Amino acid sequence: MQHGKYRFIVGFLVAPLALYAIFVIWPFAQSIYYSFTDWTGLSPDFKMVGFDNYSRMLDDEIFWKSLQHSVLLVLLLPLVTLGLALFFAFMLNVGGRRRKNAAIAGVRGSSFYKIAYFFPQVLSIVIVALLFQFAFNPTSGMLNSTLKAVGLNSLQPDWLGDPDLALYCVMVVLIWSTVGFFVVLFSAGMASIPKDFYEAALLDGASRITTFFKITLPLLWDTVQSGWVYMGILALGVEAFTAVQVMTVGPGGPDYSTTVLPLYVYQTAFRDAQAGYATTIGVGLLIVTMLFAAVVMRLGRRERLEY
Amino acid sequence: MKVTETPPAVPAQRSPVAKTDGPGGEPAKSGEGKVLNVFSHGVLVIWAVLVVMPLLWAVMASFKTDDSILSTPWALPDKLHFENWSRAWTQAHMSDYFFNTILVVGGSLIGTLLLGSMAAYVLARFEFPGNRFIYFLFIGGMSFPIILALVPLFFVMNNMGLLNSVHGLILVYIAYSLPFTVFFLTSFFRTLPTSIAEAAMLDGASHTRTFFQVMLPMAKPGLISVGIFNFLGQWNQYMLPTVLNTDPDGKVLSQGLVELATSQGYKGDWSGLFAGLVMAMLPVLVAYIVFQRQVVAGLTAGALK
Repeated sequence: MQHGKYRFIVGFLVAPLALYAIFVIWPFAQSIYYSFTDWTGLSPDFKMVGFDNYSRMLDDEIFWKSLQHSVLLVLLLPLVTLGLALFFAFMLNVGGRRRKNAAIAGVRGSSFYKIAYFFPQVLSIVIVALLFQFAFNPTSGMLNSTLKAVGLNSLQPDWLGDPDLALYCVMVVLIWSTVGFFVVLFSAGMASIPKDFYEAALLDGASRITTFFKITLPLLWDTVQSGWVYMGILALGVEAFTAVQVMTVGPGGPDYSTTVLPLYVYQTAFRDAQAGYATTIGVGLLIVTMLFAAVVMRLGRRERLEY
Repeated sequence: MKVTETPPAVPAQRSPVAKTDGPGGEPAKSGEGKVLNVFSHGVLVIWAVLVVMPLLWAVMASFKTDDSILSTPWALPDKLHFENWSRAWTQAHMSDYFFNTILVVGGSLIGTLLLGSMAAYVLARFEFPGNRFIYFLFIGGMSFPIILALVPLFFVMNNMGLLNSVHGLILVYIAYSLPFTVFFLTSFFRTLPTSIAEAAMLDGASHTRTFFQVMLPMAKPGLISVGIFNFLGQWNQYMLPTVLNTDPDGKVLSQGLVELATSQGYKGDWSGLFAGLVMAMLPVLVAYIVFQRQVVAGLTAGALK
C-alpha cells in the first residue's frame, strides 16, 4: 500500500515537474549565470566577466530610461486603474435610486455595465494595441478626426509620435483594457459586504463619500491589495512589453521615450545579440519586481477585518 | 468586524428638497440619492461608451473602403464590403493563423489541465517529504518576470530542436501555465470531501483509477474555471511565440495580426487590417457573451483567494 502510494506520487509528479524544470526553472537559473558572462547568444564561446555587465548597466543611458518608464508605469497604472475601478464599482453598487426599505441600492442595469466593461479583458492585448494605434494615428485616426469635427483644428497632437505624449498613450491603452476586470472584481467584493453596515452609517448621518472611505474601502482592502500586486506585475511584465512593442515606433520610440525594461531585455538579446548583457538587465527587472511586491505588502499591511 | 469608527452623527440639517423620491425616503437623503443616481449613471454610461465604441468602430471599419476609413472615419459604410473579409482570410493568411492557434492552444490546454490537475491532486492530497517545496516551486513561477527566462529558453529550445515547432510551443505554453493551474487546482482539490475517494479505494480502485474516475469528475467546476483562464491566456499569448516561433508559416493569431498590421500599413490596406482584427476579436467576444458567468468566474477566481 505504502509502496503503491509513493509510486503513484512519483508517477503523477514526474511529467509536470520535468516540463516545469526544463522550460521554466532551468532557464531562470541559467539567466542569473549568463548575466555574469559576455555571451552573445550567437557563438557557443563565452567567458565570465564578473560584474562587468552590471557596471555597464549602471552607465547605460537607455537602461535608466527604461527603468524610469517602468517605474512610472508601476506607480501610475495601479493607482489610476484601481482608482477608476473602485469608483465605478461603488457607483454600480451604491449609486442606485432608493427603494423601499433599502438604504442603498445598485444602479439599474448594473449587470449590463459589468458585461460591457469586461469586454477588453477577454481580448488579446495585441488586438487592443493595434486598434488604438490607429485611433492615435495623427492624420486619420479617430481621436484627431473627432477633434477636427468639434472644431479643434489647431489641436492635432501627434500622440504616439510625440515623445512627451507617447508613453501616456501606452498607459491609456493598458488602463482601458484592465479597468473592467477590477470593476467586476471589486463589485463582487462590495456585494458581499452586509447592507446593515451602510444602513447604520447612513442612519448616523454619514455621507456616501464617508461610507466609501470608512466602510467599503477597509472591508475591500485585501482584494485591492492583491489587485495592486497584479497590476504592478502587469506594468513590469508581458502586457507592458506587448503594448509598447506593438504600438510604438521603433519599437520603444520615438527617441526611446516609451522603452520599458522587458522591451529593452528583448531588444538587447534578439536584436543586438548580447544575450549575456540582456540577462543582466533582466536581473535588474527581477529586482525591481521584487522591490515593488515587498513595498506593496509592507504599505498594505493592515489589521485584517473579519465580517 | 472592527469598523466602529462611525463619524459623529450629524442631524439632518441639509435644506429639505422639495421633491421626495417616493415613499419611505426622508427628504434630505433622497435628494442626495437622486443626484447621486443621475451622476452615477452618467459616469457609468460614459465609460461603457468608451469601452464599446472602439470595438464597434472596428467592426464598422472592416466593412468600409480604405478611402472612407481615412476620409470619413465616423461615417457608416456605403455598403457592406465583404471582400475585405475574404481578402484578409485568404491573402493575409488569417485562415492559417487561426489554424495554427487552434492547434497550439488545443494541445496545450489539454496538456495543461491534465498535467496541472495531476500535480495539484498529489500536492493537495498526499503527505510526502518535499511536498511543500515542490508546491512553492510551482507557485514561485507566478511572480517572476517571464522575459528573464526567455533569453536562455530560446537557446534551450534551439539545442533541443524545438524552436519554430508546434509541439515545442505547446510544451512551453504548458510549462508556463502550470504555476497558476497548480496553485488554483491545489486549493480546489483540498476543498473536495475525502470520503468518496476513500470509499473508492476500499472498493479496490487504484490511486490512478480513483483520480481519473472519481476525483476528476468531481473537480469539474474547478477545471472549467482554470480552463477558461488558460484558454484566454494561451489564445492571446504574444510574447512566447514572438521569441520562440518566428517561422512565417507557423505564426499564431496574435503574431499574424502584428504581421498584418505591418504589411497592410505599407500597402495602405486598412480595411483588410480591420477585417482581420474583427475576425480575431469576434469569436472570443461571442464566446464571452454566451458563457459570461463562467468566464467572469474563471478569470476572477485567482484574485479572490
